[in-house]
Amino acid sequence: MPRAFTPKVVTANALLEGDAVWFTEDNTWTRDMAQAELLTDEAHADLRLLEASARQDEIAGPYLADAKPTNDGPAPTHFRETFRTRGPSNYNHGKQAEV
Amino acid sequence: MYSYTDFDAAFVAERNRQFRAQVERRIAGSLTEDEFKPLRLMNGLYLQLHAYMLRVAIPYGTLNSAQMDQLAFIADKFDKGYGHFTTRQNIQYNWPKLNEVPDILEALADVEMHALQTSGNTIRNVTADHFAGAASDEIADPRPVAELLRQWSTDHPEFQFLPRKFKIAVTGSPNDRAVTRAHDIGLRMVQNDAGENGFEVIVGGGLGRTPMVGKVIRDFLPVTDLLAYVEAIVSVYNLLGRRDNKYKARIKITVHENGLETIRDMVESRFEQIKPGFTGFDQGLLAQIEHAFAPPAFKTASTDGYEAARMANPAFRSWTDTNLTAHKNDGYAIVSVSIKKHGQTPGDATSEQMRVLARIARDYGHDELRISHEQNVILPHVHKSDLPAIYAALREADLATANIGLVSDIIACPGMDYCALATARSIPVAQQIATRFDELKVEHDVGPLKIKISGCINACGHHHVGHIGILGLDRAGVENYQITLGGDGTEDTHIGERAGPGFAYDEIVPAIERLVLGYLNLRTDPEETFLQTFHRLGADPFKAILYPAKEAQNAA
Repeated sequence: MPRAFTPKVVTANALLEGDAVWFTEDNTWTRDMAQAELLTDEAHADLRLLEASARQDEIAGPYLADAKPTNDGPAPTHFRETFRTRGPSNYNHGKQAEV
Repeated sequence: MYSYTDFDAAFVAERNRQFRAQVERRIAGSLTEDEFKPLRLMNGLYLQLHAYMLRVAIPYGTLNSAQMDQLAFIADKFDKGYGHFTTRQNIQYNWPKLNEVPDILEALADVEMHALQTSGNTIRNVTADHFAGAASDEIADPRPVAELLRQWSTDHPEFQFLPRKFKIAVTGSPNDRAVTRAHDIGLRMVQNDAGENGFEVIVGGGLGRTPMVGKVIRDFLPVTDLLAYVEAIVSVYNLLGRRDNKYKARIKITVHENGLETIRDMVESRFEQIKPGFTGFDQGLLAQIEHAFAPPAFKTASTDGYEAARMANPAFRSWTDTNLTAHKNDGYAIVSVSIKKHGQTPGDATSEQMRVLARIARDYGHDELRISHEQNVILPHVHKSDLPAIYAALREADLATANIGLVSDIIACPGMDYCALATARSIPVAQQIATRFDELKVEHDVGPLKIKISGCINACGHHHVGHIGILGLDRAGVENYQITLGGDGTEDTHIGERAGPGFAYDEIVPAIERLVLGYLNLRTDPEETFLQTFHRLGADPFKAILYPAKEAQNAA
């Protein structure tokens, strides 16, 4: 039996800076995952990934990442995606230093 | 040291010019990422979790002070003020911006450095013993051969699309400090009965998901045949290596599946076929390169001041006990500078530390520096009379940690703090182990012990050959760490054996503490190292220490 679909966000790396970005409802890229569009329907998620992938001059390596809804917006469910919202643990670099 | 010829300089400049244009086309949107990716990888540019990463080759780990100063300049101008030295003698910048990478490559070319073939399915940076040209146990300096291999492999038209990446390591000493048996090709210098220098050629070693110890394909290869023979090996691999399955594509699998005898026959046959094409040009080139690696003009001076300083300053004495290695010249020493102060990230150096190291090399070290695969910086030629001054300068830069070869001298890959392939973090585990053993003040009592940590099965952190290896995995969405025991990366290369079930992130440091302190009760005397105790007793008593509850259950 195919695994049940779990909510997703479209994420990628920004073309110039290479940092993590997430795709929003209005077809822009945000550096705050909570602003991303949460995709709860599989067909819609696949479509949004295609649309995001077409924006080659803005990003690289788009994919669907698991996410869960929270009061603040979508949040990561896996530690890898959590790290992408923050930055490395050995220095105060990356997103944790910018926000 | 080798200096670029006009050909080298023009070649690197042309490649940089091409890459600048490729980056411009990518940013303008006329190249997709799929089209651009192989091009950027050929120039050492990766895309990781939080940013791009540029991997710069430090051929056979050798740098002069001007190059080290330039690495510091790049760290300040284009990155966040530091660089990460890797287990393959490269330096990685973790925060470059795509549009600035061509400028970084030009800055590197200004000091005769590049990032070519630090990624992709090509022959990678050729590594060598970090004590090359200085070690007292050395037959000959292996770096001329490494440089010859660098020139031969760079843009070699036959080997730009190999089944998988290909790594070569060279050592000129019987004591293998270059992990040659864990490389696709390992070259270990030996002498034949006539006293001539040649190489024991090892093939098919590698770590990663299927660790294998390299096998000897030729006991003795004359230096004159080296290039033709290595070309024959890579050529046979290029033909036989599997392109259908990435996980079976390395030469270790090719050797394993076809058998060493078949590979040897094919290599010898190919060797005979191509040998006539090597009409001596390579040997002429090698002679020129050897000239460039002539030993420095060693000085003679009294070492009385050094001995007196040792007696007077216990901290200096401790540092000289752990961080020095015998030099082939009696008045000299090889200094290993630890860039692993307790709690710091293994392999990271700030731009200020790089400049201090460059200055010391210029003032006291015949202008030479090395990067070791164990992620430290080496001053290969230091007169003993200069050691007190060097120690004082290192102390000021937080570089005087006396821990070479000890528990806190940990190899760790970047892990999931940076790497897109990682399955768990390695850096914080290394930091916590080092900090904990510093608190316990036992690492000098524990003695020689190599802990190596990888954040995924690809084993960049060499965990398979750590006396204690730690492998970070993702187990059902949680970081989990497996321990291996008894690995060895020397001429007696052994793959460590898995101790048992993995440990959670907050359990791994206490488990290592238990294991190391437990060893102290198992050894016969303070002279018996962890590895020797492991060889004498086997894994069982160590497993009992790691899994006490299970042991109690079995006893009940």
